[in-house]
Amino acid sequence: MALFLVSAAVFGTIYVAALASLHPMGVADAASASYGNRINAATVSERHITDAVTAVNFDFRGFDTLGEEFIMFASVIGTILLLRKHRDESEGTPRDQKAGREISPPSDAVRVISVSLAGMVVTFGIYIVTHGQVSPGGGFQGGVLLAAPPLLIYLAGEFQQFCRLAPRPLVEAGEAVGAAGYAIIGVIPLFLHAAYLYNFLPLGTPGDIFSGGTVALIDLTVGLEVAGGFIVLLLAFLEETLVRRDPA
Amino acid sequence: MSHLAYFVAAWLFLVGLYGVVTSRNMVHLIICLSVVQSSTYVVLLTIGYRTGAAAPVFVDIPPSTPAVDPVVQALMLTDIVVEVTVMALLLALAILAHARTGELDPNRLGLMRG
Repeated sequence: MALFLVSAAVFGTIYVAALASLHPMGVADAASASYGNRINAATVSERHITDAVTAVNFDFRGFDTLGEEFIMFASVIGTILLLRKHRDESEGTPRDQKAGREISPPSDAVRVISVSLAGMVVTFGIYIVTHGQVSPGGGFQGGVLLAAPPLLIYLAGEFQQFCRLAPRPLVEAGEAVGAAGYAIIGVIPLFLHAAYLYNFLPLGTPGDIFSGGTVALIDLTVGLEVAGGFIVLLLAFLEETLVRRDPA
Repeated sequence: MSHLAYFVAAWLFLVGLYGVVTSRNMVHLIICLSVVQSSTYVVLLTIGYRTGAAAPVFVDIPPSTPAVDPVVQALMLTDIVVEVTVMALLLALAILAHARTGELDPNRLGLMRG
């Protein structure tokens, strides 16, 4: 504890001193602001995208986002690898469900709200995924939204319905197709003698849903990957709570 | 006063680190780690912020309007989603450690066994 206090005091002093040498909040100096300003200026004129954040993610710095996406892909794979059923384990019902005890069904209020919300959240998620190049949104935010409806169904009903709505092979395939799709869209320009992830499609009118060239397509693949990855995680953790495993 | 947001970030970092160091439960430790990480969000978003500037979305405003820095916002956006999956990976490790040893206190985990 004393060791922590001493090292925290030393670190805190250096950290605060370093941060205090940065420019004050809201007043960017010319050097640090120029890159962001250039991107803000180029987004509409050169890429016909009205949301600069999406343009940075999937066009100007698309290769970085590919890396980020594969960090996510790798950690999802790692999680399902760790939580898979081991060969030497036997499955059983959890201890708190034994002795013929029945689990009380969810209340009517929870069921009604969950089921009525599910449809709206699906629509909203698709809207966010497809409009990333026009307004704030895109594959990452929309993908997370699209992972929510199966969880709402789980709240409203049972784990079996959750599994029927989002069968594991389908969800895993969706995640894999999403991850591969991004990389493949990046490869196509190589055959057209352009750079990796070059925006090779017609750019369209700014503000239109069919604008931004490849950005809309990449948004779709990222949305698929994020939604698939999150549902796979939910499935893995729910299975962990619902099935007791005894190490042999 | 204009550096207040930076000090909030430093405070978040140290408070999270204190939680990590004194933690007696691995789930608590993982949550503390995410508090440490959220301090980086505060730093980067503060760097990108500009007083009086618009959001970098040029639907209703002309492209020449001064806007905040979109690069750090793009970084944050992907990082928040990626952080959740990395937390899931850590929680899965905690579940496995508990299944193997029946122990969630990192201090009492002892040496690793093969």
